[in-house]
Amino acid sequence: MKMLINVPETVVADALRGLAAAHPELTVDVENRVIVRRDAPVAGQVGLVSGGGSGHEPLHGGFVGPGMLSAACPGEVFTSPVPDQMLRAAAAVDSGAGVLFIVKNYTGDVLNFDMAAELAEDEGIQVAKVLVNDDVAVTDSLYTAGRRGTGATLFVEKIAGAAAAEGMPLERVQAIARQVNESSRSFGIALSACSTPAKGSPTFDLPPGELELGIGIHGEPGRERRSMMTSGEIAEAAVEAVVEDLQPRNPVLVLVNGMGATPLLELYGFNAEVHRVLAQRGVPVARVLVGNYVTSLDMAGASLTLCQVDEELLRLYDAPVSTPGLRWGM
Amino acid sequence: MLDAEFFRRWMTATAASVDREAERLTALDSPIGDADHGSNLHRGFTAVVAALEKEPPGTPGGVLTLAGRQLISTVGGASGPLYGTLLRRTGKALGDAGEVSAEQLAEALRAGVDAVMTLGGAAPGDKTMIDALVPAVDALGESFTAARTAAEEGAVATTPLQARKGRASYLGERSIGHQDPGATSAALLIAGLTEAAGE
Repeated sequence: MKMLINVPETVVADALRGLAAAHPELTVDVENRVIVRRDAPVAGQVGLVSGGGSGHEPLHGGFVGPGMLSAACPGEVFTSPVPDQMLRAAAAVDSGAGVLFIVKNYTGDVLNFDMAAELAEDEGIQVAKVLVNDDVAVTDSLYTAGRRGTGATLFVEKIAGAAAAEGMPLERVQAIARQVNESSRSFGIALSACSTPAKGSPTFDLPPGELELGIGIHGEPGRERRSMMTSGEIAEAAVEAVVEDLQPRNPVLVLVNGMGATPLLELYGFNAEVHRVLAQRGVPVARVLVGNYVTSLDMAGASLTLCQVDEELLRLYDAPVSTPGLRWGM
Repeated sequence: MLDAEFFRRWMTATAASVDREAERLTALDSPIGDADHGSNLHRGFTAVVAALEKEPPGTPGGVLTLAGRQLISTVGGASGPLYGTLLRRTGKALGDAGEVSAEQLAEALRAGVDAVMTLGGAAPGDKTMIDALVPAVDALGESFTAARTAAEEGAVATTPLQARKGRASYLGERSIGHQDPGATSAALLIAGLTEAAGE
């Protein structure tokens, strides 16, 4: 497997140096692995801190900036960051209004953020948490570590970021973040496995004529393997899985997310099919985002996230945002 | 009696075996996890050895709490907090004593394993590090070698199990037939005791 890297050990640090060179509006601490918006802490505003394994870019570092995250902590590839990083981030963004940790539901992320929250509170920083667990592919969550956090993370970070920018207090920002998570569901499809730099080869074996339904974002295989399907058939499977679980009554935000190696040509085509199926089911669409936002290294495939919105969530979603990965209205 | 030097040898021996077995741990983590268990633990135990060399603690408890703190600060993922908590809580249970008996170590390690079960929410049979650690602690009263054998058997016995915790749990039945990488690394940690004791 050919990769545009130096050596596996420095992949994350090299990417952070590149992020810093491209975005002088961010403060990138390469050694301690913390990305902070340059004007932090912003007086009177709740700080938003997220993080997780690297390999999902632009999540999370690419979502740091006015209107979204205050700071992000990238871990090793697919490995949760450590509590020291989150503690540093929390200290850098806390203006006295408190800090919200946005945590994807994976055992490592949960444990490390929990430890960081304890340490931060010891230092007098008020911390609240929201757990993102939107993946409907995990059906028997009572017997697993629970539903995974995937595409909804973008909606949680965007909408909670807007709430924080408006100066809402910590409890309110947390409540809105929870509402976004509870209103969101996702489903992922892999056409190929991804290759981690450390391993250098695909993390699981997916033959040319087959696809995986219900995959996660860490190269873990899905729950079901099928013969290759058309974009329309995949859209039907994904929309059905999400809509059955979400039962939306309001308009939805749609995220058609590329896993890293699927061209926009295919993603837009898939988006057309998703819209066809949503229209058939009578689900109104409020806003649409198509692109690579929550990726899984070089995995081919896509995920679909729907988020049911009321007037307030939609207003916050539309609010201005300026980050490397998401930018509108300013 | 076991002194701080014994505990330093334990950590150094574990670091050496993690170094030796890193590729195997990562290979075990590949079909049911995300193929980084070996490299993550290697990073952690390298930091543990460096920290112990830099400021060697004078007590068994001090060695283990320092090692645990290093793992929490460097490993990440689930193994960082879980292994870090195991060593930290074992170290805390040993207190300030300059030397401890094998029985005291067994008792303290049981407290450490209990803390890991509370933190991770895993029980025996969930296909995790617990499946190696619980039988090892039970056998520790007998001898280090008995504990090592029990841990290794416990790790092998995870193969037919279906994972209920951690990332492998998302595979459901497809996790069956693979030995758990966490139980395998836990067996390396316990094996380190026999090496430290020269058994």
